[in-house]
Amino acid sequence: MPDYNLRVNGEQRTVRTDADTPLLYVLRNDFELNSPKYGCGLAQCGSCTVMIDGKPARSCVTPCSASVGKNITTLESLGTIDKPHALQKAFLDEQAAQCGYCTSGMIMSAKALLDVTPKPTEAQIKQALAGNLCRCGTHNRVVRAVQRAAGVAVKGA
Amino acid sequence: MNTAILSRRKFLKQSSAIVATFSLAGPAAIAQQPARPALPGGLNNNRMLDGWIRINANGTVTVHTGKCELGQGILTALAQIAADELDVSYERIEMVSADTARTPDEGMTAGSLSVENSGTALRFACAEARGMLLAAAAQKLNVAVEKLSVADGAISASPVRVTYWDLIKDINLKREATATHKPKAPSQHKVIGKSLPRRDLPAKVTGGAAYVQDMRLPGMVFGRVVRPPSYRAMLASVDEAAAKALPGVVAVMRDGNFLAVAAEREEQAIKAAQALRASAKWNETPDLPPGGTGGAALYEHLKKMPSRDMVISTKTPAAVSGGKVTSVEAEYTRPFQAHGSIGPSCAVAQLKDGKYQVWTHSQGVFPLRTDLAKALKTPVANVTCTHVEGSGCYGHNGADDVACDAALLARATNGRPVKLQWMREDEFGWEPFGSAMVMKMQAQLDEAGTIVNWQHEIWSHPHSTRPMSNPAGSFVLGGWHLENPAPPAVPNNSPQPSGAADRNAVPLYDFPRQNILLHYLTDMPVRTSALRTLGAYANVFALESFIDETALAAGVDPVEFRLRHMKNPRARAVIELAAQKAGWKPNAKGDGSKGRGIAFSQYKNLACYCAVVAEVTVDRAGNVKVTRAVSAVDAGMVVNPDGIVNQIEGGIIQSASWTMKEQVKFDRQRITTRSWADYPIFTFADVPAVEVHIINLPNERPLGVGEGSQGPTVAAIANAIANATGRRLRDLPFTAEKVRVAVS
Repeated sequence: MPDYNLRVNGEQRTVRTDADTPLLYVLRNDFELNSPKYGCGLAQCGSCTVMIDGKPARSCVTPCSASVGKNITTLESLGTIDKPHALQKAFLDEQAAQCGYCTSGMIMSAKALLDVTPKPTEAQIKQALAGNLCRCGTHNRVVRAVQRAAGVAVKGA
Repeated sequence: MNTAILSRRKFLKQSSAIVATFSLAGPAAIAQQPARPALPGGLNNNRMLDGWIRINANGTVTVHTGKCELGQGILTALAQIAADELDVSYERIEMVSADTARTPDEGMTAGSLSVENSGTALRFACAEARGMLLAAAAQKLNVAVEKLSVADGAISASPVRVTYWDLIKDINLKREATATHKPKAPSQHKVIGKSLPRRDLPAKVTGGAAYVQDMRLPGMVFGRVVRPPSYRAMLASVDEAAAKALPGVVAVMRDGNFLAVAAEREEQAIKAAQALRASAKWNETPDLPPGGTGGAALYEHLKKMPSRDMVISTKTPAAVSGGKVTSVEAEYTRPFQAHGSIGPSCAVAQLKDGKYQVWTHSQGVFPLRTDLAKALKTPVANVTCTHVEGSGCYGHNGADDVACDAALLARATNGRPVKLQWMREDEFGWEPFGSAMVMKMQAQLDEAGTIVNWQHEIWSHPHSTRPMSNPAGSFVLGGWHLENPAPPAVPNNSPQPSGAADRNAVPLYDFPRQNILLHYLTDMPVRTSALRTLGAYANVFALESFIDETALAAGVDPVEFRLRHMKNPRARAVIELAAQKAGWKPNAKGDGSKGRGIAFSQYKNLACYCAVVAEVTVDRAGNVKVTRAVSAVDAGMVVNPDGIVNQIEGGIIQSASWTMKEQVKFDRQRITTRSWADYPIFTFADVPAVEVHIINLPNERPLGVGEGSQGPTVAAIANAIANATGRRLRDLPFTAEKVRVAVS
């Protein structure tokens, strides 16, 4: 098995694995990052979403060999419980989760949106999150959290 | 959902040998002795005070509950209750939940019962502990109890003062509760009734280890299971050696029809499982019902299946007023539907010195332990099950099954812990679905437009095949597939008033004559079990759609018609509030493209009261958009308002997704729904705006909300489509194709 050098959350990391190993398992198991979640393995649910070179990417279908030389960002790099990122704080303020299994992917898709569209419309937020499934039914809270983080008007607030 | 709890009580009465086993687990068995006075809520079965509360020298309080966090916020609500009743700050409360080695056995976390059962137990247990601490303080300070005041665990009567943490040695919580100390009056609540933020969310939004999927133990290996291609397929041959030879493979396990692999790396386990699957030859039988891709054939088949027939409720007064009556009749259908957890089920298991330790997101660690022991053919005492959160489950998904898979595979890993997660296709292919159902409704109206006769007839498979649903069987999948299997048994339908297949089929309306019948279909060619609300979703769909159909026949506005037949004041209040908040215009006719509908239920006729007004738009192609849902809910005493809103709102959105999109598909041999592409659910574009209005009744006991809004939502949508188009949809889900046919 070859070694792969990956730049994850600003740090250079090395992993020895097969070329086709999905980035998801490297992030979770080798680098012990909890936030990308296995949901479907088919890029259908969005719970494994990370950012690669600033764009949202489904780590479950991204081979680690294709991630070499790119900037990989996971939720862990945004903030901590004591110093949360604006999106993390907004998700807490809106209590925008129930089980929370989809939450990391939601926040990363929202981060990718806000990085290029700092003041999105509600329609743009829903479009950016179209590939992220939530089964608990917290969609409206998630939209409000993204609006709050972006400092745009929250409907009904 | 309390099937398992009821079954266990019955079981304990019948089986003294098992009582002895249970007494090892704590005081559950004591409750079976007849002379003991009944205690409130979960205290009745778990009577020791120290089973619930420990006061710690470091200034914290540890609260034990047999209920578990499923993303519904229960640990937050229970901590609020404990903080208020004990008079300590919320931050001092540590929660320990659902562990067969550490907590009370409260059966399943299901049926929207946790605040009612565990919450009530904690109110009384904490009030009693507080009383004991006050008495000890009075003695120590030589002051009358009445002169003492408490603030955050500090007891004082100026100028003297002592804290709970100083008094630990002066009280003994290792005794049975008496429930003689009254919990606080609602006016004294400081934390109960507040929307405190959820305790579990900070870790979940920052990548903390929050789920069983995130567990990493020293030496841990990764497991995958290779399930048969269809329910009753028999393994003819498989190349174990080829899989074993793959890189990183630690173990390949074959036992009868059970196949699993363990490997050093997760992707290696997946590859080995794929190799094993590719080489396996199975003998399959085409034994699934017809109509698995849609249409009436499935429902015709259900109505012909062998059944246990039961009268659920009957009212036949001696005399009924004569006169002309109008008869109305309709049949409603609901397909098999999936839990569809976003994270496939997962467990970690380790076998050491003959003892199994299993970390699981099961909703019932105690019932799971019993059924695991049967499958593993080991005494219950050799199995410990500890709850660790998983993805939202919405009922009985693969959680218990994967725990068995991991435990079986742990036999082959030489004491190394194994983490086994199902693949997406395992979850869709093997989770037990919400049963397909047929509801045949008949009513008679008198000349005044009043319902004088009501009949509701149900055809349904069982709605609980959870562990311990029938003590004669074992309900974990892996055990069924073993060479020496631990097979399931036919579970009984839970009796009314909560019911299961018949849940919410008994109307809360006052009808002089009614007849509710259940055809309980005990053969399960398609695996079924508890999906959030059990039969209530489909029964309320039928009941509340049919109320609108009879209202239409009577020429009366649906809100007015409901109120005419409803005496229960709390039910009336939520119907009236939802209508008012939605701006309900009596007798408003839809214009062909827009409409609104209302529906109501009190979940189980025991939990929260909820009414929902849905608004829809319909286009010519049959596309329906649910644009808005306005709900009113009465959950008695409100513990955490935002928690209630989140549950009711989430329930509305989930139910709207079931209603508009969801149907599990199969051919005559296999479940063909295997991925999200085969099973679309609501996405952001589909979700309606949702309003939740709470009626807070602080002097009433708290009522569960987790399953309160799903029933009203489906019927409100059906009624809104009928209002918009003049056409009634009775076959779920309401796909564009069906709507197009109905309106053309």
